[in-house]
Amino acid sequence: MAARIELDSLTKRFGAFTAVAGLSFQAEGGTVLGFLGPNGAGKSTTMKMVTGFLPSTSGRALVCGFDVASDPRSVRERLGYLPEGAPLYPDMTPKSLLEFAGAARGMGRAERVRAAGAAADRVQLGAVLHQRVETLSKGFKRRVGLALAILHDPEVLVLDEPTDGLDPNQKHEVRGLIGELAEDKVIVLSTHILEEVEAICTRVVLIAAGAKRFDGTPEQLAARSPWHGAVRLRVVEGNGADGFEKELGKLDGVRRVERRAVTGAAEYAVFPEAGATSRGPLAVDVERLVRARGMAPLELSVERGRLDDVFRELTASGARS
Amino acid sequence: MATKVRTGSALAGTLAVFRREFAGYFATPVAAVFLVVFLLLCGVLTFNQAGFYERGQADLLPFFTWHPWLYLFLVPALAMRLWSEERRQGTIELLLTLPLATWQATLGKFLAAWCFAGLALALTLPYWITVSWLGSPDHGVIAASYLGSFLLAGGYLAIGAFVSALTKNQVIAFVLSVLACFLLVLAGYPTVLEFFGAWAPDALVEAVRSLSFLTHFEALSRGVVDARGIVFFLSAMACFLIAGTAAVELEKAR
Repeated sequence: MAARIELDSLTKRFGAFTAVAGLSFQAEGGTVLGFLGPNGAGKSTTMKMVTGFLPSTSGRALVCGFDVASDPRSVRERLGYLPEGAPLYPDMTPKSLLEFAGAARGMGRAERVRAAGAAADRVQLGAVLHQRVETLSKGFKRRVGLALAILHDPEVLVLDEPTDGLDPNQKHEVRGLIGELAEDKVIVLSTHILEEVEAICTRVVLIAAGAKRFDGTPEQLAARSPWHGAVRLRVVEGNGADGFEKELGKLDGVRRVERRAVTGAAEYAVFPEAGATSRGPLAVDVERLVRARGMAPLELSVERGRLDDVFRELTASGARS
Repeated sequence: MATKVRTGSALAGTLAVFRREFAGYFATPVAAVFLVVFLLLCGVLTFNQAGFYERGQADLLPFFTWHPWLYLFLVPALAMRLWSEERRQGTIELLLTLPLATWQATLGKFLAAWCFAGLALALTLPYWITVSWLGSPDHGVIAASYLGSFLLAGGYLAIGAFVSALTKNQVIAFVLSVLACFLLVLAGYPTVLEFFGAWAPDALVEAVRSLSFLTHFEALSRGVVDARGIVFFLSAMACFLIAGTAAVELEKAR
């Protein structure tokens, strides 16, 4: 059975509070799915239901075709999970922890020693393998958690905030590792770091208040931004500045122009009309205009879209899917 | 549940949890502190309080008499961390997302704690050797007493494990387990039985008495090894382990 994960109207209620409300999506092998949402949106709850730690109130979660409610064991055999904050037994060493997990997964002695060694190598635990977990730095603890998740070479990886609290170097390493692992697996990782989505995800599912607000590629998400395709220009305004803003507004396909004075220069933002697909021509037109007026451009760039804005817009209370 | 029964791996999973837990006692000072305190109290109670020598009898009654009371505080201390700590550390999520059934984790943890209690008890074997050297005790009675003591510890542990599954807080787990065990010991105490006997029908008095850990333990420590006593302790353990498994399932869902 190929790597695959499927959520079908998954719902979780705690008393009167609905944490996850009928969430559905599916992903195939080779996908790095960024599971986005503000704190308390239901990301962790969803992940706990997928791993079978929490029972769902209604709906189904399937991993490689196995329903987590009726066959949790088959699901867990095919799934690696990094819980939020990477909890570990503080008085064990990474080696003993990995071997314990191997034993609990039914591996024989030789097999679990080999698997533990391979997982430790993969996340570069070498130096601390025999050190008690409580003495390890946050970065190493996270790596031990990741090693536990990939120990049995699972087809589906569920990682709850895998880079939370790591320094930029450690984040980079973890992302590199996720990229390597992604080849044939489904990786679902929750995050609220938007740069992470752009850096490693091939797919984004954004939820708020337990409901899906967006499902698509990071590019499609960025395209929702009003900044998507906008041309940003910083120029030293000489004599040519008179009427420049107006003329920018008259360019083909321009919806709106904003101007902001900064020290010694001015910044313009030229927003294209909604639905403008090609981002090139507008920049060319803007540059031609700048040259024609004899102004000195300091910076000219085309925005991909600002995920923060989109994130805020999509997750603001009252927003619809 | 439609989970396929895989006997081999069911055993392997329980064994993995058992080994991790058992080694866990020795990874921290818990083991050393517990063993030292247990042996010290055993000695003090046997020789100073119960008058082991003064009685002039070659038996271990003065030693075993104290066990229900000694265990009342020591065993809940051993059991309180079983689930509370998992929940406080968040490692319960790690443990219960392995391909293990909850009962395997419960059983593995319980057996590890019980074996540890058994180890503590085994370290008191020098008493048996001493008493054999000093006189000629009834070895059958002593063996039965050891069995009774071990079963008693198991009963307390199963209760402690159950209570531990209900709370994140180890102190609360400890106090509640002591209380629960105390009530079960008390049920066999003459004063309590007289209190019930004064007004309740004999059947109820007998029911209360039959629930008591003390009654069954004392029968065993007099050398009366009947199936009822053993079945009582084993079924008490089974009940509380099942309740404990249910409690873990319920509590994690909240």
